[in-house]
Amino acid sequence: MTTIQRILALLLATASTQVAVAQEVDLFKTVDSTKQKEYVEATFKSTHLINGHSIETTKAGLLDFRISHRFGLINSGSYNFFGLDNATERLGLDYGITNNISVGIGRSTFQKQMDGFLKVKLLRQSTGPNASPVSITGLAAVIIKTLKDSDPNIKRSTSDKTSYAYQLIIARKFSSSTSIQLMPTMVHYNLVPLANDPNDLYSLGIGARQKLSKRLSLTAEYYYQFNQFSGYYNSLALGVDIETGGHVFQLHFTNSTGLTESTFINQTSGKWGDGDIHFGFNISRVFKIKKQKLSL
Amino acid sequence: MVRQIIKTNTMKYVLGMLIALSTFAFTTNQKIYQTKSGKVSFFSSTLIEDIAAVNNQVDSKLSNNGQMIFQLAIRGFRFENATMQEHFNENYMESDKFPKAVFKGKIANIADVNFDKDGTYKTTVAGELEIHGVKQNVTTTGTIDVKAGKVAAKSSFKIKLADYGIKGTLIGDKIAKELTITVDCKYD
Repeated sequence: MTTIQRILALLLATASTQVAVAQEVDLFKTVDSTKQKEYVEATFKSTHLINGHSIETTKAGLLDFRISHRFGLINSGSYNFFGLDNATERLGLDYGITNNISVGIGRSTFQKQMDGFLKVKLLRQSTGPNASPVSITGLAAVIIKTLKDSDPNIKRSTSDKTSYAYQLIIARKFSSSTSIQLMPTMVHYNLVPLANDPNDLYSLGIGARQKLSKRLSLTAEYYYQFNQFSGYYNSLALGVDIETGGHVFQLHFTNSTGLTESTFINQTSGKWGDGDIHFGFNISRVFKIKKQKLSL
Repeated sequence: MVRQIIKTNTMKYVLGMLIALSTFAFTTNQKIYQTKSGKVSFFSSTLIEDIAAVNNQVDSKLSNNGQMIFQLAIRGFRFENATMQEHFNENYMESDKFPKAVFKGKIANIADVNFDKDGTYKTTVAGELEIHGVKQNVTTTGTIDVKAGKVAAKSSFKIKLADYGIKGTLIGDKIAKELTITVDCKYD
């Protein structure tokens, strides 16, 4: 082999490799090569499941005006028009500071309560790399009873009438229609009914949503109390969510009268078995206060 | 001796050819321009309401052979109104079921585009657009901008929601039946 022949052979070899390199990439075959992390949204339709909170927080810049209404007891008979003659109510305003932090205030007719809460999304369920199977939201609420003392000789301070609720809400959206959440809860009372009653009451809630169609869902909410004041029962509520544009209507049946954590979880005096059931509804109307910035 | 010389000359000729060929192979190497931060926005206008949304995380590749692809996550669209954004994903786009939109297309007049020379080149693109799990053939016009070695692709076109099986109570009322889609991708 002459030198030229050798070079020739070498070049032939490199030329053929180059032809292979020059073979063009078909971009159309590169589709779906990457999977991005995506957060699961809309685990529940509304920020409140029925009586209590859901995992959802009010989104940034939105103000949610909420009317929660409970009629009287169904078993109060035809004289009270099966409870519809009476009503208790909570008016609330929730505001989203960011997409993960919201605050709210409310006024209830029950015990003439004032309440305020802070709600923070701690973890969000996601798909893709580093996925989280659940979402976790933390809730802290303060509830103050302003109802005058029945006995004018006993003066109760505001502190005596204050209770606090701390809740972790752990939720998973199993499919686009089924979501379940667990709510371990601690309620602290500054003043309790009897000397031997505990100041800290622990409970575990479970809530669920099953969509029937895009705009219609069934909901359920139950709180099991690990320790409790005597004469009170566990809270159970069953409902329907109807969504129309910016409104969510929630219709439900529940044995609870109060609409704040310390009252519906720990001071539910009604018993389902005895027919101590309230028909009720929540109306939520969302107003856009601040626009999300878009760089179009 | 004479034969040997001729043979050597032929070899030199072949050698020259091969060297030329190998450099040629280099120059025809495909160039791919890509970005993961392209922009796609859409606009809906009715008498009642104007709605706009933008996605700034569009994954796009453009080859100098004329092929182009655009991929985006439907949940990546941002609206001014967060409630609207949720309804868009939950009630209209069914983003759990159809998380992505993809466009695969070819620039018909790629020969008119000189990626090495600054300028704005008008292009016609034909391809397949997949939204909400439905694929439709789309032909549109756009531009390829080349400036100091940087390439950008822009286009604007209309789609009918019905063509992609997107249904909802507010379409034809608050939401237009036809949306304008604007693409603006600056490649790295």
